[in-house]
Order: sequence, then structure tokens, then C-alpha cells
Amino acid sequence: MATARRAAVSTIRPLITPEGVDLRIKLADAGTRAAAFLLDFVIIIVTAIVITIVALFGLAGLQGEGAQPLFIVWIILIFFLRNAYFIVFEAGRRAATPGKRMLGIRVASRSGAGLSVDQVIARNLMREIEIFLPLSIILGRSEMGLADTLSTIFGLVWALLFALFPLFNRDRMRIGDLLAGTWVVEAPKLALVEDLSQRQNARAFRFTQAQLDAYGIAELHKLEEVLRRDDYFALKAVAETIGRKIGMTIEPVDSRAFLTAYYGELRAQLERKLLLGTRKADKYQR
Amino acid sequence: MNALAGKDAVRQSLASFRSEREADWKAFEALLARVEKRAPRTLSEDELLSLPLLYRSALSSLSVARATSLDNALVGYLEALCLRGYFYLYGARRSLRQRIGDFFLHDWPHAIRDLWRETLLSVVLTFVGFGAGYWLVTKDKGWYDAIIPPSLAGGRNPDASAEVLRQVLYDGADSNFLSGFAAYLFTHNVQVAILAFALGFAFAVPSVLLILMNGCLLGAMFQIYVAKGLGLELGGWLSIHGTTEMFAIALAGAAGMRIGTRIAFPGELTRMTAAADAGRVAATTMVGVTIMLLCAGLLEGIGRQVITSDVTRYAIGGFMLTLWICYFYLFRVVRHGDR
Repeated sequence: MATARRAAVSTIRPLITPEGVDLRIKLADAGTRAAAFLLDFVIIIVTAIVITIVALFGLAGLQGEGAQPLFIVWIILIFFLRNAYFIVFEAGRRAATPGKRMLGIRVASRSGAGLSVDQVIARNLMREIEIFLPLSIILGRSEMGLADTLSTIFGLVWALLFALFPLFNRDRMRIGDLLAGTWVVEAPKLALVEDLSQRQNARAFRFTQAQLDAYGIAELHKLEEVLRRDDYFALKAVAETIGRKIGMTIEPVDSRAFLTAYYGELRAQLERKLLLGTRKADKYQR
Repeated sequence: MNALAGKDAVRQSLASFRSEREADWKAFEALLARVEKRAPRTLSEDELLSLPLLYRSALSSLSVARATSLDNALVGYLEALCLRGYFYLYGARRSLRQRIGDFFLHDWPHAIRDLWRETLLSVVLTFVGFGAGYWLVTKDKGWYDAIIPPSLAGGRNPDASAEVLRQVLYDGADSNFLSGFAAYLFTHNVQVAILAFALGFAFAVPSVLLILMNGCLLGAMFQIYVAKGLGLELGGWLSIHGTTEMFAIALAGAAGMRIGTRIAFPGELTRMTAAADAGRVAATTMVGVTIMLLCAGLLEGIGRQVITSDVTRYAIGGFMLTLWICYFYLFRVVRHGDR
């Protein structure tokens, strides 16, 4: 629990708006970013293959008549796909490529100011040495049948060195991020969900003051998570645990109703304390 | 007041806090979704004016919710909403036309002027490489094959006759693959330039080597032509596009060197800030380099094959060089003379 909380805190960075509110941005973790990149990579490759197939069909259809304009269009399209894909999407309004968008992350300026185009360009040109150069070394070698182990190993080590760079700094920055003064943050689109304490219960539960003093805010948030997930077995297990702690016996069919009622009462109790100036962080705090 | 009644009162007031403001949050969310997809032009005047107001009300709701509510989902929702609003409203974007105008009128020449020291060094290094390549091939013909890979030389080697060498310079006017060739050259050169830039990250060493090698190649090539008395002709053949291309590659190398040296010697700034500053100047330069290489590719792929007169080739090359220098270094004097 303690380690988990420390890990969560370490990826949160303050972002004070001009209005004086700290928005506490959360940095995207390395796994999410790798997944986003893979998604983009797949999109690029598939698009490139589609363009090439269309070009080849065009070539067959034209019988070499309009081969030259076709070749120009093809080479320029592939060039743009490789170099402009990331730049165009990240310079757009949502500052994220389709892959990043799918995973709810975006690029932001470390200073908190607006993201400028030169920053986007700087961070994406570095991709050339991070990904494409080692990749083309390896591909080029194997293509020529000269796959001598040393250069392949060199390429791999290089690729790994740069690919793992984000793991070696606190802010999870790529080399491109470092040079552009950017980082990648979580910017999920969340929907407003129902307030659990407004749920009406068929069966009323009554709790004493002592029973409500058993838990603090950390446990309340866990309970909220369980209730929102609405998994029968999780509800049953949690209801049993809480029942044991506060000295109540709960029938398995009642666990959801019981937890909802307990959540509502506990939250009201803790919120009232909050208003009066005591923040009971967890069950250990008196 | 007993605790039970107090709890119910708190629960009531928090429920009404949410129900009273919920409409504003939803309206803000809907507006954001629209402006993120389409230009703000599509909003009516009222909607546009309400955007910052709704943003501020969402921020204040967030502050209240953080202080009083323990509903994690609600706080999370408001945080995400405010962050989206913040990024949109303080993103301060200008229209595309304005940005392009600024780039050509101000940013590009400014970045190049900012890099003058590195550019100078880059040009000097090219000449040093040139001298070295020339000298090496003069001393021993064997160096030629070491410097220029045979696949690139295309039959131009120290033992080739003057006739063959001359043919390469003036042939090719009949080729109908010119513009395709130009497009290929352009994309190839840009990849090389990006490499020269990106490799600067390793404390500028690879960039310096790349620039030196580039000069070396040129020097070796020149030597075999000069030895056959074709130096002037090769100069014309190269200069028609070479003034633009070599300048662009020198600039890309300069951008790489700037990054490498700023990371190694950040001066008074922190290393991070210094790197970020250098990265932005270098990125602007690289966009400019891409444009220059596009010009060079067109000149090389089309101009050089069509124009076979030495004088015209030199004139075009000289004109392009003057054009770039005036644009980068003198343009400011014309436009901001009194500032």
C-alpha cells in the first residue's frame, strides 16, 4: 500500500494555472507510451503498404505511361508518412497522434505554456536516431545478406539505449522530449458518473458512531472503486471484511446494498469531519 | 446539533453543489469537444465568450470539490475537464497562415542568425575536409576508392578518361525520369540532413565527422577532375545546386553542433533548459533546411540536366547563394532596420 502510494505520487507534477489552482498533471507511464508508439507504428506501416499497393496497381494499369508522376507521388507520400505523421498530429489541437489519443495521453510543454510547433518538430526529428536509424541499419544489413553479428548487435544496443532512455529519468522523457522541453501527460476524457451516496437502498442499515470511525479516506476511496466495478465476488469479499471489522454479519445477497449504505454513511461522516478541519487520511489515523 | 443531523446536512449540501453546477460542466465539456474537433470559428460569439467563463467556473468547482468532497470520481472528472480546458485556452494558437508568415519573415532567418558561429565552423570544416580529400587523392590514388564508395562514383575514378568524366557532367538531358530523380534526391538529402542534426546529440562529434566527410568526398571528386583539366566544368556542375545543398547541409550540421555543445556546456542555464532552448532553435533551422533541400533537389534533378552551359550554371549557383545569404543575414536590416 505504502509503496503503491509513493509510486503514484512520484508521477504527479504540479501545474499551477494563472488562476492559482494546481491541476496536478500525471505523467504517462512508459508502458502506455510504448503502446501508443506501437499503435502509431502499425498505422504508419499499414498506410505505407496500402499506398504502395495502390501505386503498384496504378503502375500495372498505366502500362508505364504515367509512371513518373506516380513515382513522385509515391516517394513524396512515403517521405511525409515517415517524417510528418507525428509532427502534423502533435501540432494539431489535441497535441496527440491517433495512437496517443486512443490511450488518452498527449504532449505538453514542460513550462506549462502552450506547445509550439518548433517543440513538436524538435521532439519528433530525434525519433530518427531513436527508432528509424537503428531499424534501417538492421534491415539494411539483413537485406544485403551481410547480417554480420557485430553491427546488428550495435544497432540493437543503440535502439535499446534510446528506447529505454525514458526509464532512466524521473520525468519519463525521451531524448526528443529533453531537447524540445516537453513531456507526455495523461489527458483522459472522463465521463461524469453517478454519485454513489445518492443511491437509494431498499433495506436500511444503521451504523453506530464507533462503526463509522473504523475507516479513513484511503479505505473510502478503495470502497468506491469496488462499488463502481460492481463485481459480485469482490463485493462479497469486501462486505465480509468490513462486516468482521465493525461486528456485523452480512448475507452475501445483501453485500451490495450493505456496502452502498456503509459507503454513504462513512463518506458523510468523513466529509463532515473534513468541513470541521480534520482530514482522516486512513484507518490508522485517530 | 448531533452528529447524525450534521452528516445529513453535509450530504445534502454536497449533493446540491453537484446538481447546481453539473449543467455548467456538461456545457463546458460539450464546447471543448467541439473546439477540439473543429476551428473555433464554428462557435457563435456567445459560445466563444462563455468558454473562459465556463473554464473558470469548472476550476472553482474543482477547488471546492477537492476541499469538501470525498467522491473520487467527481474530483477526477473535474481534474480531467479543467486540464483539457487549460490546454485549450492557454495553448494560444495562431492561425496557420499567421504561423507560416511568421516563420518566413522572422523565425527562420532569426534561427539561422542565432547559429552563425556554428554555421561558420561548419563551413570551415567543410573546407578543411575538402582540402584533406584533395590532398589525400593527390598523394595516393588509392585514397579515392576509400573515400568514395565505387557504387556512388558511377565510373568516375582516377583512371577514367577525360571523355568519360566530361560525359557525366553534360549528359542526361535526354532522361525523362528527371523529376522523379529530383524527388528521390530531395527525400534522400533530407534524411541525411536530419541525421546530421539528430546525431549532434552525442556531444556534436558525429555531426562534425559527417560534415568533414562530406567535404572530403567533394575534395576527392574535385582532384580527379582537376587532374584532367576539368575543374572549372565540375565546379559549374556542382554549383548549380551545390551552393544551396552544401549550405543546407552545413546548417543542419550547425544545428546538430548547437545541440551537442549546449548539452555539454550549458553555461548559466540548467542543462535541461539549455538543451530545450537549443532544440527549438535547431528545429526551426531544420524546417528551413528541408525547404532549401527541396530547392536544391529541383535544381539538381531538373536544372542541372537541362542547363549545360557552364556560365549559366555558375550564374544560377551564385545567384542562389547570394539569395540565401541576403535572406538570412541582411533581411533583418531591411525589415527591422530601426528596431
